[in-house]
Amino acid sequence: MQIFNVILIIFLITCAIAVERTKDLLAAVIIFASYSFFVALLWLLLRAPDIALTEAAIGAGVTTMLFVGVISKTRRME
Amino acid sequence: MDDLIVRTVTKWIVPFIQVYGIFIILHGHISPGGGFSGGAVLGSSIILITLSLGYKKASGIISHNTSALLESGSIIWYVLIGIVGIISGNNFLTNRGSGFYMGEVGDVISSGMIPLITVAIGIKVASTVITLFHTIIEED
Amino acid sequence: MKKIFFIMTLVLLWGLMVASIVQMPTSGDIENPSYNITTHYYINKSIRDTNAPNIVSAIINDYRAFDTLGEATVLFISIIAGSSVMKNTYGNKKEKKVD
Repeated sequence: MQIFNVILIIFLITCAIAVERTKDLLAAVIIFASYSFFVALLWLLLRAPDIALTEAAIGAGVTTMLFVGVISKTRRME
Repeated sequence: MDDLIVRTVTKWIVPFIQVYGIFIILHGHISPGGGFSGGAVLGSSIILITLSLGYKKASGIISHNTSALLESGSIIWYVLIGIVGIISGNNFLTNRGSGFYMGEVGDVISSGMIPLITVAIGIKVASTVITLFHTIIEED
Repeated sequence: MKKIFFIMTLVLLWGLMVASIVQMPTSGDIENPSYNITTHYYINKSIRDTNAPNIVSAIINDYRAFDTLGEATVLFISIIAGSSVMKNTYGNKKEKKVD
């Protein structure tokens, strides 16, 4: 279980760097959704299923939709 | 977005998402979950309808006025549940002392005011999410 | 010069973070400072007080229900802020046409 934790944190750091590096804002939003999905898995491993459910619903669902709505109002490239 | 596959999959999958959200809200005091996560799941089902079927269809299901009414109404419902505690001679938002039905441990209708408050928070979060998204996405 | 300063600051922050992570107690240890008399009270008495098996739900909806009312108020204020920033979507469409 320890090695799974380490793999998840490595994915997390990779996603956080990739969000900052990406020029295409729509792709950055999708990477951010995967970031919050990894955070939800980490909450589940830390034995907090309530917070994991909330993070998966709000972080990966609602926030992504709000960002997509804002991008459709403005422009896509940075 | 006018795509046949997206429209058909949305029509099939939205009832299951809504049933799951209502399950999370109603079982908030038994299993993991609660008002915030269940309300977010319910709100994202309506957001899915808005994204795939268009704003007109979604505002036919739940309009701005209905959404604003649900928001204000759920927070008033919360405060009224708290005032029941004051009327029965206890503190604000007292559970056991103010005469709510406690029931058996593990039932859906049990543990006093906790399911009532969870339902209020669920409706509140769902209508907030829907109103925010519709305010952003609405065409001029 | 500026780049060296940035790298020095980042290394300093990294060292601070690693030093604080090393000092953190392990998850679920019985010697943790968060495992105190309040935790004992919630684990022992929450079924008797609220009849709810989910202790987290019992805390946020019964013991700390006033805080949850404050969170609902935060949501209310957020929706007021959002709709006041984009105010030409709320009702006054005639003004928009003049614009």
